[in-house]
Amino acid sequence: MKEFNVIISGVGGQGVITLTRILAKAAILNGYDVKTSELHGLSQKGGSVETHIRFGALTGSEQIHSPLIEKGKADLIICIEAQESLRSYIYGSKKSGTIFLINDFIKPILGSKIIPQTKDILKEIKRFSEKALSIPASKIVKEKLGKSVLAGVYILGYAASKKFFPLKTKFILESIKKTVPEKYFLLNKKAFDLADHD
Amino acid sequence: MIEEIISNKVGDKIILLGNEGIARGALESGVQFVSAYPGTPSSEVGNTFWRIAKKVGVYFEFSTNEKVALEAGAGAAFSGLRTLVSMKHFGLNVASDFFMPLVYSGIKGGMVILVADDPSCWSSAQSEEDTRAFAYLAHIPILEPSTPQECKDFTKLAFDLSEKFQIPIMIRETTRVALQGGIVKLGRIIKGKRKGKFIKDPHQFSTMPPRVLEMKKELLEKIEKIKKEVSEKSSINKIYKNSNKSKLGIITSSVSYLYVKEALKELNLDIPILKIGFFYPLPEQKIKKFIKSFKKVLVVEELEPYLEREIAILAKDANPKLQILGKNLLSKIGELRPEQVIKAVAKLANKKYKTETLLKIKNPKLKIPKRSPQFCPGCPYWLVFNALKKAVDPKKVIFGGEIGCYMLAFYPPFHFQDYLFCMGSSVGVAHGIKKSSSKQKLISFVGDSSFFHSGIPALLNAVHNKSNPLIIVMDNQTTAMTGHQPNPGTNKTSMGDSVEGAKIENIIRACGVKNLKIIDPIKQKEFIKAVKDSLNNKINEVSVIIARRPCIYI
Repeated sequence: MKEFNVIISGVGGQGVITLTRILAKAAILNGYDVKTSELHGLSQKGGSVETHIRFGALTGSEQIHSPLIEKGKADLIICIEAQESLRSYIYGSKKSGTIFLINDFIKPILGSKIIPQTKDILKEIKRFSEKALSIPASKIVKEKLGKSVLAGVYILGYAASKKFFPLKTKFILESIKKTVPEKYFLLNKKAFDLADHD
Repeated sequence: MIEEIISNKVGDKIILLGNEGIARGALESGVQFVSAYPGTPSSEVGNTFWRIAKKVGVYFEFSTNEKVALEAGAGAAFSGLRTLVSMKHFGLNVASDFFMPLVYSGIKGGMVILVADDPSCWSSAQSEEDTRAFAYLAHIPILEPSTPQECKDFTKLAFDLSEKFQIPIMIRETTRVALQGGIVKLGRIIKGKRKGKFIKDPHQFSTMPPRVLEMKKELLEKIEKIKKEVSEKSSINKIYKNSNKSKLGIITSSVSYLYVKEALKELNLDIPILKIGFFYPLPEQKIKKFIKSFKKVLVVEELEPYLEREIAILAKDANPKLQILGKNLLSKIGELRPEQVIKAVAKLANKKYKTETLLKIKNPKLKIPKRSPQFCPGCPYWLVFNALKKAVDPKKVIFGGEIGCYMLAFYPPFHFQDYLFCMGSSVGVAHGIKKSSSKQKLISFVGDSSFFHSGIPALLNAVHNKSNPLIIVMDNQTTAMTGHQPNPGTNKTSMGDSVEGAKIENIIRACGVKNLKIIDPIKQKEFIKAVKDSLNNKINEVSVIIARRPCIYI
């Protein structure tokens, strides 16, 4: 199998790290080798967060090595906060066929004069990708489940239902079960399944 | 549910961070004593033991500071226990006074010191450091893993070597190793069953002259022995090559090795690689043999060109015409990125590679500013800084900062930080400024954990020498920035046992401070008044306000 590269970006507190763990474990269950890269500490306190997840063949010449994805080489970029896509875009390219999934949710940046709208951001990102989509994930999970932190898992469910990554849905669900605290599993499962019924 | 990291299902493959790989490696080595001071990117080593210590029967503590952690670990290792001590690069600076002679004396039980560097300073103020330099200062053997699996394997190797040669071994990670997730194959957890006993041996443990120079001689002999018997033969200094005809070669270590492998894949090149796992002592003969027949060699390492310099020296003898590429292509500042390494490898092989034009990466027209880290919603520090805004004219007051969540006051909306150096330094500097410029008003911030860590000597100094800064102790009753680890002020030890936490006010009074107030910053009026009173009083003494309100996450 050719390698598969995912970038997840967002703002500290949105669950970017949890989402990274879910995808990484699902990839192992799926029989792939996995590499991730994340940052902790100072950079996590409400600042921009960006993680890399790569999976691919366990052996052979297609094996993955680096924990960081090269510029322009992402297959999928998930932005849980829309503006952050304007930082993560460097990992996407038309040549790589990068899919952008952008949550229609803006967290204002202190000190910025103009707050862009998701549709303007999307227009911009479309210069780098033929497959850039905005999804009202935060709005949907807030309305239906009362918790906006589930937006990331909702987007994961959306990506799974559209087969945007080569991972079996049952493995992602198993991975969610292994990753989130037991008492929140059902809620996360609901968020994951919501996307299917859109 | 039993945590995966303490699972005894030998052969299972689980995903771990590099730091968790270190912890697991220690568990598979029969570690019995672990001490740490938290600091990104090393914190998960301590955090792991903080969670599991009781379950696995290992003693663990977050010590008062890194030097104390190292001393405690050494005491355990002198008594025969296998010991792990963990810290970030700045921690080793703090611990270095003890660290140097410790390598002289050596230990009894295996001792591994984990130090994590942070190239690009993702979570580090102060400075960007390459801790490998300590090899030259202290003559400590240093291993550099590349992946979480190697973090585990190298830790086990380090314990064995440490015990065999009776010398502490350092493992050096960088951020992209420490916080890299990858598959780790589990081995068996060994429950350490040694009974600690300190056997008197002043000959080994007292570094008094003239014995100390003998000890230095013994250390250098030990290093020579480790070089010949281990480093030269070890499979962790590994050559990857498919043919003997290549005129090009690459020498690399740590995470850079992974970028090199990726670059060769990307460029479809087959160039021999020497991967250095043993940074010190280097396998000199192996390197000489490797470079002997090459025309050009590329050295890929993050930060300082330590490997490159060593190789240049070895080449004088082994291959004087060898062209050495390295820091002429790769920066000494910041971490390496895969694209930079691809470019350097392409240059070595005279192959064209223009990634950005090929992929048509343009700059977006829509620009967004940097998203600075912020105090969490509900953080008590909002209250402190909002009160200060009302109490003083920020333009007329000097604000001394140091390491902890309150350093976020540097960013908008406050900009309350005029200097920042290391843990415990804000009070020391404040004293010097006030002695030199007594009319300027100054407020020095110090957190509870920083105060215990290294703030107390500075406070004593300021009081004794009749200085008069206002010190605000930002007492949120935890080590918040790195993940709410306990400190000597908390009422629980790292093992989870109850204890009476040290009272900061008692220590401050004992240092001789008379002008002390303890205020919950939710009482804004009282807080504002106390700040004004302290800054405007005419007594030539240190004033301290303890702003006491717990972090919302504890």
